[in-house]
Amino acid sequence: MLLRAAVVAGLAFIYVPLVVIVIYAFNSSKILEWPPPGFTTHWFSQAFENEAAREAFFTSLKAGVAASAIALVLGTLASLAVARHRFFGRETISFLVILPIALPGIVTGVAISNTFTQVLDVPLSLFTVVVGHATFCIVIVYNNAVARLRRLSGSFEEASADLGAHTWQTFRYVTFPGMRSALIAGGLLAFALSFDEIIVTNFTIGAGEQTLPIWIYSNLFRPHELPIVNAVAVLVILISIIPVYLAHRLGAEEGGATGGRGAGGGVETEATAVP
Amino acid sequence: MRRRDGNPARTAWLVVAGLVVFMLALAGCGGGSDDTTGAGGSSSEALQKLGKGEGEVSLISWAGYVEPDWSKPFEQKTGCKVNNKEAGTSDEMVELMKTGQYDGVSASGNATARLVAAGLVAPVNTDLVPNYETVFSDLKDQPYNTFEDVNYGIPHGRGANLLMWNGNDVKPAPNSWEVTLDPKVAAKYKGKISQYDDPMSIAEAAVYLKTHQPDLGIENPYELNQEQFDAAVGLLEEQKPLVGEYWSEAAKQISAFAGGDVAVGTTWQYQYFALEEEGVPVQASPASQGFLPKEGATGWSDTWMIAKDAKHPNCMYEWMNWIIEPKVNAEVAEWFGEAPAQELSCKETENKNFCAEYHAEEPDFWKRVYYWETPLADCGNGEENCMDYNDWVKAWTTIKG
Amino acid sequence: MASEAVAGRRSAGHRLADLFHGRERLQVGALLAGPVGWLVIGYLGSLALLLVAAFWSVDPLSGSTIKEFTFENFESLVNEPVYRDIVWRTVRTALLVTLTDAVIAFPIAFYMAKLASRRGKALLVIGILLPLWSSYLVKVYAWRTLLSANGAINWALDPIGLSGPGYGQTAVWLVMSYLWLPYMILPIYAGLERIPNSLISASEDLGASPFTTFRRVILPLGFPAVVAGSIFTFSLTLGDYITPRLVSNDQFIGNVIFSNVANNQPFAAALAIVPIVVTIAYLLVARRLGAFEHV
Repeated sequence: MLLRAAVVAGLAFIYVPLVVIVIYAFNSSKILEWPPPGFTTHWFSQAFENEAAREAFFTSLKAGVAASAIALVLGTLASLAVARHRFFGRETISFLVILPIALPGIVTGVAISNTFTQVLDVPLSLFTVVVGHATFCIVIVYNNAVARLRRLSGSFEEASADLGAHTWQTFRYVTFPGMRSALIAGGLLAFALSFDEIIVTNFTIGAGEQTLPIWIYSNLFRPHELPIVNAVAVLVILISIIPVYLAHRLGAEEGGATGGRGAGGGVETEATAVP
Repeated sequence: MRRRDGNPARTAWLVVAGLVVFMLALAGCGGGSDDTTGAGGSSSEALQKLGKGEGEVSLISWAGYVEPDWSKPFEQKTGCKVNNKEAGTSDEMVELMKTGQYDGVSASGNATARLVAAGLVAPVNTDLVPNYETVFSDLKDQPYNTFEDVNYGIPHGRGANLLMWNGNDVKPAPNSWEVTLDPKVAAKYKGKISQYDDPMSIAEAAVYLKTHQPDLGIENPYELNQEQFDAAVGLLEEQKPLVGEYWSEAAKQISAFAGGDVAVGTTWQYQYFALEEEGVPVQASPASQGFLPKEGATGWSDTWMIAKDAKHPNCMYEWMNWIIEPKVNAEVAEWFGEAPAQELSCKETENKNFCAEYHAEEPDFWKRVYYWETPLADCGNGEENCMDYNDWVKAWTTIKG
Repeated sequence: MASEAVAGRRSAGHRLADLFHGRERLQVGALLAGPVGWLVIGYLGSLALLLVAAFWSVDPLSGSTIKEFTFENFESLVNEPVYRDIVWRTVRTALLVTLTDAVIAFPIAFYMAKLASRRGKALLVIGILLPLWSSYLVKVYAWRTLLSANGAINWALDPIGLSGPGYGQTAVWLVMSYLWLPYMILPIYAGLERIPNSLISASEDLGASPFTTFRRVILPLGFPAVVAGSIFTFSLTLGDYITPRLVSNDQFIGNVIFSNVANNQPFAAALAIVPIVVTIAYLLVARRLGAFEHV
């Protein structure tokens, strides 16, 4: 059927370059000739031994966890306000949260960097990177949370209040469990976004540190290091099967499908893209 | 679609209006603390006494300047861990220095004056750098490293930009820049030309015009009046459709030559060596290294500068002394392919003819090499109508289109 | 829970909750203080501080800002044709990429939403998500090698006498369409999933051909989701400077901002205002078209 052919073609389009990356990761030629003259797993062992790559990986993990945590808190708070209350300016909140992702990364990066170094006199470090990442990750958690809250009837919360629970109790025993899987999915997606981000990170990171994308960028053009970069990329894809699967399962539990976003800035929720 | 409470559009416009008013107020006021430290070359002080190393040093450098072969021994000897950030252009280096996160930078002449004027670097006390004494004398007290009679850095080495070509694709072997800059000759290699992605390319065109259009009266390719500037820019605009790639990182050019995407262009010795090693049939102007095309060439003479308020000044001084240690500067020069700054290095090079090949001890040779400089409105001959660096940057954007 | 109330003693948390009880404004305020403070004071404030420099100028030698009000940056932007060309080139590519991705994504999303089995759906979703985890930089560089003169594309097309597009505008369009495709597929998938199958059956029962059903039922209902996805393909293309740098010689808005950020921040700020205005305009149009609505 025509539709099936279109789907296959589309998937092929998505995966062919990835297959090329995998082939290059095993390419025995240092200058990455095509077609590859031979195959080797040499680059993978080099990738494991590369100290800078390992450090960069863990730095990215740390930054991702911290940024996701902040985004979870702020995104949940905002979603509760928007989905459960009516107030002046409610529509603008959705607009506001999406700005950090929609505006060009270079603008966000330079603005945050300037504010820290010139106005607040705070040196650039992993802390400033986390602040930058958290800012554009808020929208991901927010969208997932709002989508879920709109599907959870407010009547449960009313019932809870009628039964004598106060605000925290209602949140803790009724609202939060209903939202939990959406928050976890949102948090995972925010983490993915932070893990692969390069532009804002470039402007907000300190001298002595590297996240994984920064490490990749600094080695992308070094002929001797490039094959290791490909090997690292393949390893990251393999490791990431776990969180992707988790995110999907958690979303699927609630009968919807999770959207995803890895790099740059996309936003998916189980119900729709933008609230 | 239900209408929500409050008029959302009105809210949005109120917020935007508020921000615009806030911004204009800030712009109008103008006063308050200056963002960047004020200009003033000699207002900062050089270190008086060398103390204990701080344990690390953060450097900004050109590709190939800070390599494990000599940075690891440095770390072992001084206990200063080296954090290195490679930059592709002088603009990047200035931007990185502005963040205040780095202790030192290997600055070329088109960055040094700007760094000093912006108050980003401190004078260097050469008494604290023992190896400085035996640096070549024609590198000391030069206009690109000494400002108002105060030394601002330690020379690293110098070199000329090379013309490089793929021996299989470009025949006969060129000996003039016309192969990339003369529209008629360059047309033969349409789509295969590799040009440095930086306003300094305007100086390359000016060097070419100095020989081929002498009635323009170009003396110094960095001091160009409107007419000379327009001629150089015009030449580069004619070149644009023929360019295969503008390279801003050394390794990007290496991959382009290796991949067959470009066949001829300006380069540094570093890329030439790397491509030779990969077995790509490149040659440089003309067959032997260190020669110049007949018009001469732009080049560089780089200086290690120390940041004002550097966090690790002692380690930085140790580094500056280390990099011109005779054995080290010899390694550095041979690895990158430039003339060493340290006289005593000529005895330490693996290739015994290295200094001769690179004209390290021939001041006359360097008179045909126009080191990168910062273009200023001050033409140096009493006139003030030369194009300044902002003009060069704007023109470069227009050339690339 | 209820035991506390029964015991008659109230914990601190309980008392605090009482404070909020019934006071809607206070609740909303407390909820919003964090996020709105962060975004408005922190983020928008930073933006304002950056953009205010657009009205200043710079000393050419030292690079320090001269904080006097001037319009010269905007005059340069408007008067010199190269900036108009660059802006138009960027916007045009963003629109082309959006269109391309919408066309490629729709069939895939439709298949996933309406025709795939439960298992197929799960596999496809994971299959679309997984490439997002491979590094953006590595993907662009892979395309760079694919497109190079000795790369795989030319190698594959050579036997049939064709050659690949090489580097340039076509390459940028191709690579960007590739990069952002998943961000278009997933929202459309989510949107199409919410169309009740009963509507489609009803349309068929009323005698509509599949094409008519598509045109008059599916497409209008799925359109807001397409617009939602387009927000990302458009804004990501608009702001990118790494891809144009790696697979072409052409400058996008981001490249020019990048090359001016170091030595002429006021001019870079003036340049930055352009994509900000364009993006906000696009967001407003998207909102009008329903992208921000939940059905």
